[in-house]
Amino acid sequence: MDLTGKSLFIANRGEIAVRVNHAAKALGCRVIQAHSDADAEMLAVRLADEAVEIGPAPAQQSYLDIDKVVQAAVNAGADAVHPGYGFLAENAEFAAAVEKAGMIFVGPTADTISRMGDKVAAREAAIAAGVPTAPGSKGRIESVEDALGVVADIGYPVMIKAAAGGGGRGIRVAESDEDLTRLIPQAQAEAAAAFGDGGLYIERMVTDARHVEVQVLGDGTRAIHLYERECSLQRRRQKVWEEAPAACLREDSRQRVCAASVALAEAVNYRGAGTLEFLYEPARDEFYFMEMNTRIQVEHPVTEMITGVDLVQEMIRIAFGTPLSMAQEDIKISGHALEIRVNAEDPSNNFMPFPGIVGAMKVPEHARFDTMLYEGYAIPPFYDSLLGKLIVHGADRDAAMDALQAALAEMKIDGLKTTLPLFAALVRDPQIRAGEANTAFLEDWLQSNTIEAA
Amino acid sequence: MAKIIQSPLPGTFYRRPSPEDPPFVEDGASVAKGDVIGLIEVMKTFHEIKAEESGDNVSFKVENAAPVMAGATLAEMD
Repeated sequence: MDLTGKSLFIANRGEIAVRVNHAAKALGCRVIQAHSDADAEMLAVRLADEAVEIGPAPAQQSYLDIDKVVQAAVNAGADAVHPGYGFLAENAEFAAAVEKAGMIFVGPTADTISRMGDKVAAREAAIAAGVPTAPGSKGRIESVEDALGVVADIGYPVMIKAAAGGGGRGIRVAESDEDLTRLIPQAQAEAAAAFGDGGLYIERMVTDARHVEVQVLGDGTRAIHLYERECSLQRRRQKVWEEAPAACLREDSRQRVCAASVALAEAVNYRGAGTLEFLYEPARDEFYFMEMNTRIQVEHPVTEMITGVDLVQEMIRIAFGTPLSMAQEDIKISGHALEIRVNAEDPSNNFMPFPGIVGAMKVPEHARFDTMLYEGYAIPPFYDSLLGKLIVHGADRDAAMDALQAALAEMKIDGLKTTLPLFAALVRDPQIRAGEANTAFLEDWLQSNTIEAA
Repeated sequence: MAKIIQSPLPGTFYRRPSPEDPPFVEDGASVAKGDVIGLIEVMKTFHEIKAEESGDNVSFKVENAAPVMAGATLAEMD
């Protein structure tokens, strides 16, 4: 589909704004880039056809200000708004405001966003569509007695989670009735303060957990999956290393979780790119649905590398009204892809942020580097520390690991402290080589290994 | 000559532990060496700013929640 003459407003910053810019340009769109006054020099501004300042450095007064963002897009004459990830990407009120102002929101409907954003409603939708969830409460628990009743069926340890939480926030672990009785009132009060909603639910705690997530694309009627990613290597519940496909899965398990994900996407008339996140418990060969992210994700490139589908172009086409251009049988896995997140943090000094000025850069020839960096760029200290993602592809996982090791040896970013040395160490770790790292692995590894300063 | 407290990092300066709390240090107050006088938020992480020496009659030069560069003077004191 040719979108020549259409204009896309990018309501985000950093590497994802650059990624969306490339996708939009490839489709023929005119690109209007929003930016705070601290971001006037960012790469996405330089690449855009037009740039609009939307407010001062603090995100609350710029990228998170719904009225300012919508008004800027209207004033610029945008046909559509791409929210990227983070900021307003999963804000139903924003999606509704964009559509109310007569523009297209590149993502699902406001209703889908709010339904999937409520963890209890999302879990209920998942159960109704036949998606496996961790044994736990049917919906919200109203009292300590409720909770004790649930645990009598599923056993300890359990996780107490906030209905309005996400990204690992507000989770508590209870090992006994005593814990549960003490923690429920605490968790209720904290969730009410943090999210304005004290609703809680309970799930069985999963052992040796792997983070497996399924990429879906939907056009509002039909949905397909693009197989799964594994993102078990996490620090403070933030992913740092992602791969596709997941090495821990058998083929029948893969087909099972992917088919269930499509069923849920179709049941909620999903439109755009979305991801269903699961914990996978290898010993039981069971998946437990955690949440659905109703946006493009940071780690989408590994899926693109193994399927050949440009997910960002596809979500823009769908937003402009084109039905899905591919059938499920068109999607095949080719080889294995790895991605590492290059953050402006010093892994030899407790991941201290390092917002400096970018010196000389050397990007390996046989790797993909999705980045917001250019030589001489002064990284603003006001936003997250993600600088870019280094992505490699190989014929199989071993070949991809070799390619990553070679790429890391070549890659250079002068002037900054980055997480590159961490990955140079991780890529040589035998357990990671063997694909046997669970979600607790990296925190333990960091306790017993030190990273040499680059 | 007035003593100064500088920001070691670029970021956003906060005079309060959270929006509902009183400031770490009121204008005109005294501080001891090692007292926390504010926080710098850099790339979504918070770092305490401590007085490197004692002083009286503290006068803040930066508003709460204002962006600062590394080396910026956050406060002066006698």
